[in-house]
Amino acid sequence: MSAPLLEIRDLHVALPAGSERPYAVQGVDLDLAPNEILCIVGESGSGKSLMSRSIMGLLPKPHVRVSQGSIRFGDEDLVTVSDARLRQIRGSDIAMIFQEPMTALNPVMTIGDQIDEVFRFHAKMRRKERQERALSLLDDVHIPDPKATMSAYPHELSGGQRQRAMIAMALALDPKIIIADEPTTALDVTAQAQILKLIKEMQEAHNTGVLFITHDFGVVADIADRVAVMQGGIMVEAGTAAEVLNNPQHPYTQNLIESVPSLTPRPPRVQAAEPVLQIENLTKTFRSGGGLLGFGAKERIVHAAKDVTLELRKGETLGIVGESGSGKSTVARCIVRLVDAEEGKILLNGTDLRPLGRAEMRPYRARIQMVFQDPFASLNPRTKVGKIIAQGPMIQGVPKAEAQERTRELLSIVGLDERAYDRYPHEFSGGQRQRIGIARALALNPDVLVADEPVSALDVSIQAQILELLDEIRERMTLSMIFITHDLRVAAQVCDRLAVMRSGVVVETGPTAEIFRDPQHEYTRALLGAVPGKEWRAG
Amino acid sequence: MSRTARRLRYVFKRLLQALPIVLAIVIVNFFLLHMAEGDAVDVLAGEAGSATPEYMAELRAKFGLDQPLPVQLLVYLKNVFSFDLGYSFRHEMPVLDLVLDRFWPTLLLMVSTILLAVGFGIVLGLLAATGLNTWRDTLISIFALVTYATPLFWVGLMFIVIFALNLGWFPTSGMKNVAAFNDTWSWANIKDVAHHLVLPTITLSLFYLALYTRLMRASMLEQAGMDYVTTARAKGLTENRIMFVHVLRNALLPVVTMAGVQVGALIGGSVIVESVFAWPGLGMLAFEALFSRDLNLLLGIFLLSALLVVAVNLVVDIIYSSLDPRIEVG
Repeated sequence: MSAPLLEIRDLHVALPAGSERPYAVQGVDLDLAPNEILCIVGESGSGKSLMSRSIMGLLPKPHVRVSQGSIRFGDEDLVTVSDARLRQIRGSDIAMIFQEPMTALNPVMTIGDQIDEVFRFHAKMRRKERQERALSLLDDVHIPDPKATMSAYPHELSGGQRQRAMIAMALALDPKIIIADEPTTALDVTAQAQILKLIKEMQEAHNTGVLFITHDFGVVADIADRVAVMQGGIMVEAGTAAEVLNNPQHPYTQNLIESVPSLTPRPPRVQAAEPVLQIENLTKTFRSGGGLLGFGAKERIVHAAKDVTLELRKGETLGIVGESGSGKSTVARCIVRLVDAEEGKILLNGTDLRPLGRAEMRPYRARIQMVFQDPFASLNPRTKVGKIIAQGPMIQGVPKAEAQERTRELLSIVGLDERAYDRYPHEFSGGQRQRIGIARALALNPDVLVADEPVSALDVSIQAQILELLDEIRERMTLSMIFITHDLRVAAQVCDRLAVMRSGVVVETGPTAEIFRDPQHEYTRALLGAVPGKEWRAG
Repeated sequence: MSRTARRLRYVFKRLLQALPIVLAIVIVNFFLLHMAEGDAVDVLAGEAGSATPEYMAELRAKFGLDQPLPVQLLVYLKNVFSFDLGYSFRHEMPVLDLVLDRFWPTLLLMVSTILLAVGFGIVLGLLAATGLNTWRDTLISIFALVTYATPLFWVGLMFIVIFALNLGWFPTSGMKNVAAFNDTWSWANIKDVAHHLVLPTITLSLFYLALYTRLMRASMLEQAGMDYVTTARAKGLTENRIMFVHVLRNALLPVVTMAGVQVGALIGGSVIVESVFAWPGLGMLAFEALFSRDLNLLLGIFLLSALLVVAVNLVVDIIYSSLDPRIEVG
């Protein structure tokens, strides 16, 4: 191995007094060599992001600061170097790619101008030359139509293209080090696969050292040369990718890797053939624009669901998988009648729910319940947990005492302490909140549970626990479940049957194991092909 | 379609949409004013002192006030659409002439007030935000708080006492010195009007200035915490570049929105300021019209103000769409 590009020794990042812990990062030692990809893996709160930001001096000063240790880059220490010098290094020697390209790009500035800035501040070049360089950069990162992209604003590009533009910006001055902070987390799986490939390609072409921060072991398996695992600000394990992934030493790493769902579908369960819920030719279109006398903007029509036909059998879990914009959430919302579909039938035990009015629908509300994606936004922050759960049954006419009794029972079923009853949602962690959300849905004794990405906002170890809980509850209460997810690994572990959606259309349905073994539609094949780390943990 | 063509179409569309809005405003105003007790005849009779009921009935018949309300409304609407806003019994002049005559001073006062309030508000907010928690920030925040809390009329009176009476720097009232200049666009006349404009403009703008200062400061601080600022920093840009190019433009958006909404309120505020400084504008006219139950005149003023607000909102929306590319016009 050649001399390291970056040497981090005994790095401590101090948090302001009164925080959960005194140090966000504690005693981290790390080397980054040229032409390698080093993945820093950890769950939320592990300090991986702050660690990477301290390298570029991007900590939210003055509250959070490097209190001890050194970061050697060449013959300088980035901890003590002057602000002016640090500015020179940023963007030219060390560049950064962020997680959410929509917010990381200035919304009111064109892509061309934002790339141009890097040249303007670091190199003396004429405007024409700068523009040519920017164009060729956009071409390098395979953006279709680089010329148009130059004058486009961030909101006019797709997520994947925005991230490509972000990468172009980072590559502008051929930096020695690129720090990528969860660069693919906000992207769809197919876009993620492309961006990972692009980063790898760029890194090889330019001999760059890449510090890649991620929480996803699948991504690590696809891209990493070396891996460092962080927990609570401490680096618990480091080694080559093969070592860490296949033979983890530290119990935390072992647990994390254990929690990554396998891509091999679990054996199908014996099911009843009788359907609980039948969706027939469900259609939902969103319109915008148009307006008065046709003087409005061009009318835009989005077919969020088009002729969707699904069947949910008693006791089974039906997965709906697809990327963002595929209409999977719209279908879920139509079933729960949060959104009114304009055509089709929603048959619950033979009764069509779609045409029912508010009052007629009320008795059926309890029969279908929903678990939402974001456990932080879906619970009323001003209402105590007990009330959140008991409210549903009480509205349906259950006496107060009985509803409260049931609530306490449910809390213990979902694995929460009974004392949770009198506390507010903000006192709980994300995983616990999702348990509350599940208890709330179960309080009404539904026949059908619709879960819309219930684990995608959670860390992988918490995700495993919640999936286990859902499994347990499904057995215990003979629930039928519609499970919406973008993550095929999760789908493989949870769903008996799958429906694959794209642009509002169901392109393929079938038993999970069959779809994984022999996908019929090319889109399903593309989705399966894009799952990160599929060679590593296929089975 | 090019951006310009889209914008033109948008303006046309908005003007078309404004028609029913203005119509609704006219109708609502009409009923609102007729809900109030008394009419012009009551006031005329009261001032004359010895009007018999027969004479009052005769007067009412003459003005058309004895007709049932819907008929009066229809007559009024017909007149409005032929640009006839009726006749002011009080001023003995057609309302249209009267209102147009007073419209320009008010517009002048409004435009200078908005420019002053928004311009200085942005600058002060920017200065406060860039020197967060320094003496500069504290000073500006105190200034904003004090001006925000001080009533308009009091400020106006104090300005007159200090700057007009004691120091003698500015005239106390009016828009120009006694008919000294007839030529509107002569240099001397413009200077004279500008001289008279200073105190009313500052008085009227102080409150809004404070508001925009605070809004701008908050908006700058909010934007400074956004992800794109970290990106800009990671690109190696200087703090000045980040503040003045990246943050500033994003921070302006809420201020422009707010200013657009408040133009209507500004007309209300101008009633007080115009009265205090005897500025011959719509506000003062409205004040007089209200007390003499000159409903025709009031309706005319309302209509003109409504048109003004509609027009200003359109201008603000166009400015906004050019500041923020995410807003699509068309």
